[in-house]
Amino acid sequence: MEIPYTVSPRPDTGIHNGKLGIWLFLASEVMLFGALFSTYILLRTSAIDWPLGSDNLNVPLGTFNTLILIISSVTMVMAWASLMMKDFKKYKLYMGLTIFLGILFLVVKIAFEYAPKFAHHHYPSTNTFFGIYFVLTGLHALHVLGGILVNGYFWGPGSKMWKKAPQQFINRIEIAGLYWHFVDLVWIFLFPTLYLL
Amino acid sequence: MALMRWQLAYPEQPIPWKVFALVPMLVGVVVFFIGRRKGPYLSMAGFIFIGIGLLIWYFVLGETRMPEGVMLPEFYNSLGAMHGTIMVFLGIVPLSVGAFGNYVLPLQIGAPDMAFPKLNMASYWVFLLGGIMMLSSFFLPGGAAQSGWTSYAPLAVISPGQTVWLISMICIITSSLLGAVNFITTIIQLRTKGMTWMRLPFFVWAQLVTSFLLLLAFPPLEAAAVLQLMDRLASTSFFMPSGLVVSGQVLTEYTGGGSPLLWQHLFWFLAHPEVYVLILPAMGIVAEVIANNSRKPLWGYNSLVYATVFLGFMSFIVWAHHMFLTGMGATMATFFQTTTMIISIPSIIILTALFISLWGGSIRFNTPMLFALAFLPMFGIGGLTGLPLGLAPSDIHLHDTYYVIGHFHYVVAPGTIFALLAGIYYWFPKMTGKLLNEKLGKVHFWGSFVFMNGVFSPMFIQGFAGISRRLWDGGTTYLHAQPYLYLNEMISVSAWLLGIFQIPFVINLVWTLAKGKKVGDNVWEATTLEWSAAPSPPVPHGNFKSEPEVYHPAYEYSLKSNGRDYTPQNEPLKG
Repeated sequence: MEIPYTVSPRPDTGIHNGKLGIWLFLASEVMLFGALFSTYILLRTSAIDWPLGSDNLNVPLGTFNTLILIISSVTMVMAWASLMMKDFKKYKLYMGLTIFLGILFLVVKIAFEYAPKFAHHHYPSTNTFFGIYFVLTGLHALHVLGGILVNGYFWGPGSKMWKKAPQQFINRIEIAGLYWHFVDLVWIFLFPTLYLL
Repeated sequence: MALMRWQLAYPEQPIPWKVFALVPMLVGVVVFFIGRRKGPYLSMAGFIFIGIGLLIWYFVLGETRMPEGVMLPEFYNSLGAMHGTIMVFLGIVPLSVGAFGNYVLPLQIGAPDMAFPKLNMASYWVFLLGGIMMLSSFFLPGGAAQSGWTSYAPLAVISPGQTVWLISMICIITSSLLGAVNFITTIIQLRTKGMTWMRLPFFVWAQLVTSFLLLLAFPPLEAAAVLQLMDRLASTSFFMPSGLVVSGQVLTEYTGGGSPLLWQHLFWFLAHPEVYVLILPAMGIVAEVIANNSRKPLWGYNSLVYATVFLGFMSFIVWAHHMFLTGMGATMATFFQTTTMIISIPSIIILTALFISLWGGSIRFNTPMLFALAFLPMFGIGGLTGLPLGLAPSDIHLHDTYYVIGHFHYVVAPGTIFALLAGIYYWFPKMTGKLLNEKLGKVHFWGSFVFMNGVFSPMFIQGFAGISRRLWDGGTTYLHAQPYLYLNEMISVSAWLLGIFQIPFVINLVWTLAKGKKVGDNVWEATTLEWSAAPSPPVPHGNFKSEPEVYHPAYEYSLKSNGRDYTPQNEPLKG
């Protein structure tokens, strides 16, 4: 017997295995970041004086990065939509753009935000604000990196599947897209919490 | 555990390590030389005994741990922390969820495999990595973690051995997450034709709720482990309060401002659902064994299912009953006392339904059934002794005493472990096609039953007397502990005898594997799919020869429509 519903959806649940799997995984991710946000709230409410994010962090760069991630979410959808319209060349273009924007986000984050912080002797150990800032953004950056690796695989060697099993490939891009949107969404919560409030 | 119990019974005397180490080694050598001619399994058992002996030898001869054979407090603390961690995260969860879930669950729902076989493999390898790291931490220069399985900050942040504990915990948590995603997807997506939700065997329901608990409760501990790791490696102060004084010195490398209570909240947000992760699969196994061996349907199947789902939901909002002593205030304490009392209701529904299932059955007292029957009162004791701990006024006296140890060991040792043993005896013919020896099984059961109680019931008395659970000398320096210290010796002797009574079990496993006779596919005359539709052992790839179809609920016993007292799920009812 083969494993059923790997590609086509199961009639009574209306979903295929991979999509259910990624939603469950994202649910656990919500709990992971939820715990860290709760940590932020608890540390902040119990602190005697809490440094303002806008005084210590680079708000213009943060805004720029927010825009980059939102645009990359759009290109990710375009990549998936191009596959639905059976346009492989456009898929390559949009997926490539998504990966490029992801890398751009990381470069800005590390070279233009982390590096100057360290140069000004702002380390995770400086105070609890920088501690939670580095943990939250660092964990998010790791998620971005993971997304780039997965998308890179589907852009490069993984895209051979388009010829053999197009429906399965479309499913994979959709799942990778769900993950990418989640990473984007986390940043949309992170940015105002850390930079603006 | 054996080493810890020796320490508690005879804190000042050196351990007779020659007996502890040389006896198992001699047994191992003998078994190995006899077993060499009889087949590979027996030689393997020989190696296991030799390994145990070598391990004890290593521990005792390490002068930094036990100079002249007398245990140092630090090493006792390490043993305590690692005992909890190993038993919970490397023992019971992998066995009840990883092993039984992985093996039995796809068979019971008529699936060819888990939904994501590669993810399953990844989950296993990450677990193995974490497990090896955890165990090898004993051999590192700083020794293993010493802060208990709860790893309370700030002590855990500054004590040696904790870094490896945290990293291996992150591996183990990741493994559980991948496993949980796989289990839930499998149950939702891969149920065979006709297997509707209310036709699922109860074991599958138990695994489903367990997986949701793993999925949603483990990430906060992963976050907490990352934060504690940052505290240790990057000197952040997430869990370090301002102006902390250790051994008369102010800690200067931490800027402070953190909250030790934050760790407790994040930890118990996982660890209370974790308790249900430990017990729910056990209840599932017991339900299977009881329905099969009382030859009648489970009583109140629907209420069992709803109670289990409700239990899973409630387990997320009771965690702070572990923290009444932190001074959280009366309002919070009232809330968590109320939820704790509410959560005891579904547990009692489950236990009652299992008891009533026995009513009027024609019970077969075979070894799996004996273990399953023993589970019921033992879990009952464990559950009922938990009530005083869930109410703040009594918890303030009993907190961190041996009463707590007695309570949760009654839940997980004669509770979960008995259920797991019932599962091993019950599903062994499924895995190997051979039936375990009943006589050795009964010796194993009665020995375990008697001495399990011998170990854990005196702890309630010690707990009421107020003896703390974390004393390396068992309380000899405290006046209030003096009248109850004699119990330490009784507990320890029972513990060693309990260990000795596991030898028939090991012999039984090895002997049956090597010499046991083949039995039929459905040796227990069971109705669920794993017995009625799949051969024993199952087809290597795909489990079933053809896709089974399900016609009715899981436990159709004692209907004589087809001339037998059981109607398999894949066989239509006649008439």
